[in-house]
Amino acid sequence: MQSKTRELDPILEVNNLFASIENLPILKGVTISVKPGEIHAIMGRNGCGKSTLSKIIAGHPSYKITKGEIKFIGNDIQSLEPEERAQSGIFLGFQYPIEIPGVSNLEFLRVATNARRKFLNKEELDTFDFEDLVKQKLDLVKMDSAFLSRSINQGFSGGEKKRNEILQMALLEPKIAILDETDSGLDIDALRIVASGIKKISNERTGIILITHYQRLLDEIKPDYVHVMSDGQIIKTGGSDLALELEKHGYEWTDNFIKEQ
Amino acid sequence: MVTKNLVKDVVSEPYKYGFVTDIETEKISKGLNEDTIRLISEKKEEPEYLLNFRLNAFRKWQKMKEPNWADLGYKKIDYQDIIYYSAPKQKEKISSLDEVDPKLLETFDKLGIPLTEQKKLTNVAVDAVFDSVSIATTFKKELAEHGVIFCSISEAVKDHSDLIEKYLGSVVPANDNYFAALNSAVFSDGSFVYIPKGVKCPMDLSSYFRINSGDSGQFERTLIIAEESSSVSYLEGCTAPMFDTNTLHAAVVELIALDDASIKYSTVQNWYAGNEEGVGGIFNFVTKRGKCLGKRSKISWSQVETGSAITWKYPSCLLLGEESVGEFYSVALTNNLQQADTGTKMIHIGPRTKSTIVSKGISAGNSVNSYRGLVKMGSKASGSRNYSQCDSMLIGDQAAANTFPYIQSQQPNSEIEHEASTCRISEDQLFYLQSRGIEFEEAVSMMVSGFCRDVFNQLPMEFAAEADKLLALKLEGSVG
Repeated sequence: MQSKTRELDPILEVNNLFASIENLPILKGVTISVKPGEIHAIMGRNGCGKSTLSKIIAGHPSYKITKGEIKFIGNDIQSLEPEERAQSGIFLGFQYPIEIPGVSNLEFLRVATNARRKFLNKEELDTFDFEDLVKQKLDLVKMDSAFLSRSINQGFSGGEKKRNEILQMALLEPKIAILDETDSGLDIDALRIVASGIKKISNERTGIILITHYQRLLDEIKPDYVHVMSDGQIIKTGGSDLALELEKHGYEWTDNFIKEQ
Repeated sequence: MVTKNLVKDVVSEPYKYGFVTDIETEKISKGLNEDTIRLISEKKEEPEYLLNFRLNAFRKWQKMKEPNWADLGYKKIDYQDIIYYSAPKQKEKISSLDEVDPKLLETFDKLGIPLTEQKKLTNVAVDAVFDSVSIATTFKKELAEHGVIFCSISEAVKDHSDLIEKYLGSVVPANDNYFAALNSAVFSDGSFVYIPKGVKCPMDLSSYFRINSGDSGQFERTLIIAEESSSVSYLEGCTAPMFDTNTLHAAVVELIALDDASIKYSTVQNWYAGNEEGVGGIFNFVTKRGKCLGKRSKISWSQVETGSAITWKYPSCLLLGEESVGEFYSVALTNNLQQADTGTKMIHIGPRTKSTIVSKGISAGNSVNSYRGLVKMGSKASGSRNYSQCDSMLIGDQAAANTFPYIQSQQPNSEIEHEASTCRISEDQLFYLQSRGIEFEEAVSMMVSGFCRDVFNQLPMEFAAEADKLLALKLEGSVG
């Protein structure tokens, strides 16, 4: 499969990206390119810039890009608002999905889905049609429809929040999904459910970036590439074996790469 | 940060109702003394008891001090620099709408309150008040067939003097407070509603208050009486043009519910709030009180307060009748340099009385939004219950929210519950919604509506949609 996708144009290209928050540099020249059907894993210590990278791609307003570019299907997206990026098919699965009291999860999912459908020139769904759609998708992540009538993420357990993220991914059918530590805080059963959900949603046209600390997610979803990040840079890229090495030796082992550089 | 500025832009929606109607008005000269009051009373051809009511109130007012306990700061009001009577010039007696100055009809048209026979709202009867006088009341005949009286208070003074004499000032006495006393002395017009025994009012009744003149105060007075086993839903809306001076609005509303009667009183207040620097805007000092006189009677206040430079308002319930019920549902939104000190008083006097308070305050910009409420259980209010919930939402980091609950109980066999919370629309919540394709403005508006849901559910249907739209307008940058 990889040889075929090689010929395709990348969905996402991050070229020599430098970024900072409140004048504190976080990213110091990140380059990554994701083609359709590819699964990339980014690993690295806490604070190395993994989450920052994902938020910058999604358009978080707190970060400032100081150098480099982000291209989505060939176009620079720096001037796009977060909602425009989402509508065009960029999805960020949050590490800590935030609670929003008072706003119904169902209504939120419907408005979000319709924003994406509108962009795709698809008909917007009314409440009834949307309920039919969302019920199919609920099965993918084994969620109960009771989740829909609650406020967004309010009172959800850690695992429920993560499943709600994957439900959103299923509804929005993104071109690229960046999943930031979707596996953290999940027990083994929940991890399997989430992983199988991700696999069912993605296809040969979707690109996926998994940000994770653990091999166990990568056992479920085998990455084509593994990148190791340290201090705002990708210091090593390899195949899925690299994750196994990392598991074996720990991040201290990667310090050698920096010295080599 | 980018988002913070955006929030600021979004909540600074220009005021849509700021136009002035160019119309010839009859104004009396500025200033307030006994002669002013005699002049107003004379213009309205009032009976002597009413003149005495006014003079009595004025004399009391002169001895009173302007209250300063609220969490408000404003330039001292010069009561001699206000015009106390301003009315659009028109023919002496108007017998039909055709004789109303088209400019006035046009004004109300523009405000979305068409009055003419062809265009009037089909399911709501409207009393339109322009500065000091009532212009027109729709559906009067249809309502009269059910025995319902709905007219301006000036007309009621002429045609239903017995009811006015019996009930005016019976809920809010002339010397109740500084602003109520002022209103009692100089009130110009307002609405009067009487629902006879056993009648469920066949349509919603509504008053629309429009301040047009820049230098005159508005002092309207509303009186609603619901006889035994009757019910009515009453709506009130208000707007004013943009002036760089402050206009004083001091209204009094009195509600009386007899045995098994119910009154639902809903307000959408959108007086001009002043500009971003806090110049201009209405000073809104209002006394609203309902008396649940009868057994099992019910008075329910719901309000959406979005306008005015200053809001000082505590719609209250006196729960006298046993098992009577008082409710207060409020959304107050302040922005820029607006100040609101609003809440309610639930005075439990009769046994087994119940009250519910749900207050939602939203503060944006540099505004200050305070909830102030009193729940009192009298010595005879055994088995009575109160539930209060006061939530505040902050937008940006310059706004302030306060909650001042006062609780007094002289009755051990009663229950009082109070819950309060404060939250902030955070950048991360907004980013979460945006990162799912939801436009920034819609995201803010979704969160604000979600926050207000409990209160909006209490508003009459047409009003709920309007309130949602109004908040969205206040919070949207591009629409309008």
